[in-house]
Amino acid sequence: MTLAANAVRWLAGRKVIVDGVSVSVKPGQTLGLIGPNGSGKSSLIRLLAGLRAPAEGDVLLDNRKISGFGRWELARRVAVVEQHSMTEANVTVLDVVKLGRTPHRSALSPWTDADDDIVEDALVRVGLTDRRDQFWHTLSGGERQRVQLARALAQSPVVLILDEPTNHLDIQHQIDILRLVEDLSITTVVAIHDLNLAARFCDRIAVLSEGKLVTCGPPTEILTEKMIADVFGVEAHVSTSAHHGRLHIQFLM
Amino acid sequence: MTPSRIRLWAAGTAGVLIVLAALLVAITAGVAIGEMAIPMKTTVAAVTNRIGLTAIPVPRIQEAVIWDYRLSRSLVAAFCGAGLALSGAILQSLLRNPLAEPYVLGISAGASTGAVSIMLLGFGAGAISLSAGAFAGALLAFAFVVMLASGRQTADRTILAGVAASQLFNALTSYIVSTSANAEQARSVMFWLLGSFAGVRWPDVALSASVVSVGLVVCIWHSRALDAFTFGEDAARSLGIAVGRVRVVLLLVTALMTATMVSMVGAIGFVGLVIPHAARFIVGPGHMRLLPACALVGALFMVVADIVSRIIIAPQVLPIGVVTALVGVPFFSVILYRARRVA
Repeated sequence: MTLAANAVRWLAGRKVIVDGVSVSVKPGQTLGLIGPNGSGKSSLIRLLAGLRAPAEGDVLLDNRKISGFGRWELARRVAVVEQHSMTEANVTVLDVVKLGRTPHRSALSPWTDADDDIVEDALVRVGLTDRRDQFWHTLSGGERQRVQLARALAQSPVVLILDEPTNHLDIQHQIDILRLVEDLSITTVVAIHDLNLAARFCDRIAVLSEGKLVTCGPPTEILTEKMIADVFGVEAHVSTSAHHGRLHIQFLM
Repeated sequence: MTPSRIRLWAAGTAGVLIVLAALLVAITAGVAIGEMAIPMKTTVAAVTNRIGLTAIPVPRIQEAVIWDYRLSRSLVAAFCGAGLALSGAILQSLLRNPLAEPYVLGISAGASTGAVSIMLLGFGAGAISLSAGAFAGALLAFAFVVMLASGRQTADRTILAGVAASQLFNALTSYIVSTSANAEQARSVMFWLLGSFAGVRWPDVALSASVVSVGLVVCIWHSRALDAFTFGEDAARSLGIAVGRVRVVLLLVTALMTATMVSMVGAIGFVGLVIPHAARFIVGPGHMRLLPACALVGALFMVVADIVSRIIIAPQVLPIGVVTALVGVPFFSVILYRARRVA
């Protein structure tokens, strides 16, 4: 499915956080959102996920306004993984992944074998089948993100939205998570800090600064030394990696 | 169904039956124990006689004591425990705070202020207006806490707001009592504030039974939504939950249950805190099982607490709030200590 934001604007109080941004992501592709802290990435993510309603503009899923979708209808199509998931509840990995089936069940409908299969499949994909009975609070940061990803997969979404899913993870876990997402080949929007990871894993990149869209396009066109200097205020050297053929960005310190 | 799910279901049913049986025994014991000791056999006979199952001769005075005083008292205790435990479980899940419960959040204090205003300042009269006053007070306290704790709703802020609400409404209650009550009224109000099942009658049973039954059904209906709140409001919203509506409905139900109980038996603390944690320990965090478990265990706990309050310094009766607090505070401390370690 195609997900698109059409000139969306969002305010926190009177402060404009997202200012007339238009981006779109084609079926099966991955759109990366990059930009300095406070550039409006997380807010745009929330608008795209339908968690906040834009003050102006629309978010469209296959040319249909998401405000016109029912709550369940939307949650069956769009799944979100937050930056940080915290809970005090003493839940197990399996409990969390099962939450993903929530939009597919009515208030009192019983748990089915089909639900079991989908949850099992999600656990297999993130490699946590043998951890299903482990308690959430005993998991490491990387494992928690994988559990949340499995929960999102259990929603059987057509669009996956991730808000800095690799924050606070060590490099191996960052790559693990992004590889997993890459292998899913469903429409994905991901806010991401690391420009090299963005270059490696995204089909297109949208650059945000102070709530506005600076530019949007394939990594090779977007990640230029000039853009990095203008938006992030750092000098960088951009080259093509001899190892993976993607862009490699070195910061000159 | 897979075998493991059948086993789980069977275990659940067995658990419910065991607690129900224990509850029946406790209620019977509650009726039997008192200044006039009545054999359990007589108690059962009096009840089956009334329902029309048997016609066993029972001394009239015993029957009157059983039917008009003790049975209604035990039943109100049961519904009250169920309602408070349920309210605690809902608040803990909605506010994502292990220390949340009506008493700690000042909702009971607000309900007390409302009820005392009705009693002493004399707006209207009768049980219904007392409940209405308690309900208004509970809502006011709720609004106060939500307002103070709005924005980043961290565990600390909610509890701090609750402490402020408790202080404010307890001060208001004391102010109203000191300015408007005579000595005798003041004594009875203070006794009532600590919680007492003395003086509850069949109309109270009907009121508490209907409020708790409706509350239980509404809460169970929302149990999936409550599960979805595990990781907060945005996570719930992204799972298709109507977060705003669920919050309002469940907070209103909680306020209604708390207010009904406070207007009948005073502010009883810590039941709403202790029972949900105990129940979670037994059946886990899933609300479909947790909420009925809370209701049953809460009912059982309160009936037993009522019995304890009557025998510990017999023939005098200890305020029920004293008993629940003596059990609840150590429990509260343990939770606080563990919360510190996890954070």
